[in-house]
Amino acid sequence: MGSTWAVDLANTGAVYPWQGYELIMVIVAVALWILWHIIQLREEKAEFAEDIQKYGSKEGIKKALDEHPV
Amino acid sequence: MGNNLDALTTVFTEFYYWVTVVFMFLIHVGFCMYEVGVSRKRNHMHTLMKNTMLIPLVTITFFFFGWWIYWAFPNGPFITGPLLSEAAAPNSPVSPTMATNLGDRITGVFWAAFLLFSWTAASIVSGAVIERIRSGAFWIIAVMIGSVTWIIDAAWGWHPEGWMVKLLGYHDAYASGVIHAIAGGTALGVLVVLGPRLGRFMADGTPRAFVPHNPWMVTIGLFLIYTGFWGFYAACNVPIISPEAIGGQITGETWTATTIYLTPTTLGAITVNFLMSLSGGLMVAYLISKGDAFWTYSGGLAGIITASAGNDLYHPIQAFVIGGVGIWIAYKLHYWVERTFKIDDAVGSVAVHGYAGFIGLVIAGFVLWGYPSSPFEATPQ
Repeated sequence: MGSTWAVDLANTGAVYPWQGYELIMVIVAVALWILWHIIQLREEKAEFAEDIQKYGSKEGIKKALDEHPV
Repeated sequence: MGNNLDALTTVFTEFYYWVTVVFMFLIHVGFCMYEVGVSRKRNHMHTLMKNTMLIPLVTITFFFFGWWIYWAFPNGPFITGPLLSEAAAPNSPVSPTMATNLGDRITGVFWAAFLLFSWTAASIVSGAVIERIRSGAFWIIAVMIGSVTWIIDAAWGWHPEGWMVKLLGYHDAYASGVIHAIAGGTALGVLVVLGPRLGRFMADGTPRAFVPHNPWMVTIGLFLIYTGFWGFYAACNVPIISPEAIGGQITGETWTATTIYLTPTTLGAITVNFLMSLSGGLMVAYLISKGDAFWTYSGGLAGIITASAGNDLYHPIQAFVIGGVGIWIAYKLHYWVERTFKIDDAVGSVAVHGYAGFIGLVIAGFVLWGYPSSPFEATPQ
């Protein structure tokens, strides 16, 4: 399929585009998934580093706990 | 209903559309929660009632003329042919098929499914313009988008005989364009006329963030919109039909589910693609917005909307990537337009529906290159 609907559906299977390239598509998708984790972990690390820089001293932690009691 | 199989098919189809209508009601619940959650306290009641009262107004006007327009306007009229008054007659408010009628069980539920699409179109505009529009003015706009402009576009680009389908090969199975881009574009036009909310931009033009007063209402509202979107997808399909009833080029005797164009698809395909495009949208939105809940949830929606034009045919990985690309472009465009033209799109409606919907149409044109837009002879590819 791809150019006509003049088909008998009893004899028709996959109709998605780019058939034959499934493995390449899966490799691209897996790469994007891993890239997502890498970017997310890097940004989270940078965010925590910034927070530690700002509030990471003993005094800072104590102040934060006092300001936000459980 | 000629025999038991016909009867079963008809009653199944009737029940199928009824279920989609109930599901789609959740879209409106979600929109109301979302808008009220974003608005400031003094505007809660106005925001809620503005969106609530579009329900009766669009409903009665869709009964009076909206549904008739869908059946009468596929040719333009006068682009590929005349007004289809004969085909539209059973769908006019004076027709016996629009009332309790044991000879027609489908028109009512089909009308209701389209009506819920109409509410959504109007509600998309409603979100963008909160906290600065008069209710009376909005309700006239709601009737125009809900019962006139979107349904003209549906007649042109969604009806199997629509001139855009026949002349241009337009394919938009789950309404990236006919609902989302049209409603998002309308919202942009209204925002240009209205201008931003007082205090939204500082004297030097820098945007000032109006933080949602209740992020939980916003997120639960968007979850409900996702849920209702399932009903929307199902409602865009014909659940079961024979090649003979389609009357196109398909041969043989195998019954199938189809899109609104009567091109074959499966509920399985659209379910997987819905989830994959939602995932692509959520993942990219989370990264570009640095974990902002408002944009992450909206990004999931934008992902689905971008892939919707071709989610009847895409491979799941295509749906995933397209969903991610859609929100990335929509997000960037949102802030560029905000900074450059001082457009105050309060809930990101123009981005999530307008930009993402339009991008989805363009992408579908390339990825589905070569696919006929309908099962009828001589439709462009």
